[in-house]
Amino acid sequence: MRKAVNRMMTAVFSLAGWTAIIFIFLIFLFTFKETAGVLNAHTLRAFFLVDPPVWQPTSDVPKLSLLPIILGTLKATVVSLLFACPIGVSAALFSSEFAPPRLREVIKPLIELLAGIPSVVMGFFALMVLATWLQDAFGFTYRLNAVNAGVALGFALVPIVYTISEDGLAAVPRAHREASYALGATKFQTAWKVVLPAAAPAVFASFVLAFGRAIGETMILLMAGGNAAITSLSLLDPLRTLSATIAAEMGEVVVGSEHYAALFFMGTLLFVITFISNSGGQWVIKRMQRRLQGTAR
Amino acid sequence: MKSAALGVSVLLILAILLVIIGNIAIHGAKQVTWEFISQPPRDGLMAGGILPAIVGTAALVMLMSIVAVPLGVATAIYLHEYTPAGGSWIATIMRSAVANLAGVPSIVFGLFGLGFFINFIGRNIDRATQPPGEVLWGQGSLLWAACTLALLTLPTVIVATEEALRTVPQDLREASLALGATQWETIRRVVLPGSLPGILTGAILGISRGAGEVAPILFTGAAYYLPFLPGDVTDQFMHLGYHVLILSTQSPDVEATKPLLYGTVFVLLALTFLLNLAGVVIRTRTRSRLAR
Repeated sequence: MRKAVNRMMTAVFSLAGWTAIIFIFLIFLFTFKETAGVLNAHTLRAFFLVDPPVWQPTSDVPKLSLLPIILGTLKATVVSLLFACPIGVSAALFSSEFAPPRLREVIKPLIELLAGIPSVVMGFFALMVLATWLQDAFGFTYRLNAVNAGVALGFALVPIVYTISEDGLAAVPRAHREASYALGATKFQTAWKVVLPAAAPAVFASFVLAFGRAIGETMILLMAGGNAAITSLSLLDPLRTLSATIAAEMGEVVVGSEHYAALFFMGTLLFVITFISNSGGQWVIKRMQRRLQGTAR
Repeated sequence: MKSAALGVSVLLILAILLVIIGNIAIHGAKQVTWEFISQPPRDGLMAGGILPAIVGTAALVMLMSIVAVPLGVATAIYLHEYTPAGGSWIATIMRSAVANLAGVPSIVFGLFGLGFFINFIGRNIDRATQPPGEVLWGQGSLLWAACTLALLTLPTVIVATEEALRTVPQDLREASLALGATQWETIRRVVLPGSLPGILTGAILGISRGAGEVAPILFTGAAYYLPFLPGDVTDQFMHLGYHVLILSTQSPDVEATKPLLYGTVFVLLALTFLLNLAGVVIRTRTRSRLAR
């Protein structure tokens, strides 16, 4: 009886172990399935090569160019990374190399608190407060633009960059620092020229994972991006991202239409991009962990 | 001196946090009256309270935890207790699948919920159990939104549970097995009780994340306005986060709805922060107990 129960529970747990793999596979399958039916040379040309590149899915002749939307996604992502990466890394360097342990114990949970702000609240803040402040300060023509959306998105990325970079910096063996001090280097020289380069893979991984989050983030961009699918390189124009387009249009789309397929195509695109960037980021982190475990502490 | 420049970035982050929370607290706290949390919205969402959104969010989060916590804990138990410690290739693949699941954009979870739970599972249940033409399961509902959110919070629960399982000393397991207990008995009587606080933390942090997510429920059951409270898992529901989105983007008069909007944001933020805080407190306590 006890043996039978044990065997049964083993089966239950191994089944549960497969959940993540099964669902990753199903997520890809079910987002791709909805777009696969219409995916051919003709629709791909409509998505990428149509001229002029406009997204007007509900006009008489639907125009389904993804270019303005991909451009909007890239603009928001670039601005957010330019904002979050330097701040996140310098905060991580400060808290791992200079802050007294007690201060570090305060900084960490506070930054986790920032990570805990729901993205719809961040979007609300960017839309209602930040956009007005930035417009008043810099005189932007449009209240909602790539700078506003990117900075708000950056707020959400800072904790990711900080946490992963800090883990990497803290994992650099003590001996590296002591060797540097013994050679007469100052604390700052050691942090900047020894510890940071040693943790470079983790810092890089934190950028990659932040990129993955930025490209897929929805609510902040939907609310603070201005929702205009225009082909413009200017950071001061309103924008539209892949995620925001799905969120805004999936509710009203005719199921089975090319527009519907285009939205699921965007979802597939997001899934594939984030899958590749996250796998890459994880791989770099794991490799660094293994390498550091090999060196003497 | 140069390190002060780095310190400035920490101050900047803290300032951002303070400004966001401060702004919402100052404008939002005074909106939260008894009427606000006990009444449904009135006059086309321009007045009244947010009771249906509070109840909807609570129901959604509870259903989500019922799905996510047992499944997440079981997955972590398999990864930590049943795969060899050196790391078998299958455990490596499973772990990277968990990490990748954590990185799937929330809007893609929404698409998946629509395509899989509603259009595939729901429609097929309808085909089997409902009279032709009737739709009960094949539409957005509390159940499907909760299942979608559960998937999104699963990685948080798995990672935290595995960390908790790691804190149970190997000696205890070996002692239990040496006494003749089976592996399941060891897990149930020794490993789970020892790692309970950690598992609880993971569950709470996961729930807190799930409570604030809106993108996955956009097409899986959240409703713009419902005069009644959800009574069944097949009902649609109002949701605090979705309400914030609606009030900030669909309002005909932004200035007039601003007080309601701030009040809703405040309630949502308070809910997620309290859950977060509870999780962090339990974790810190457990860590310091283990350190001793």
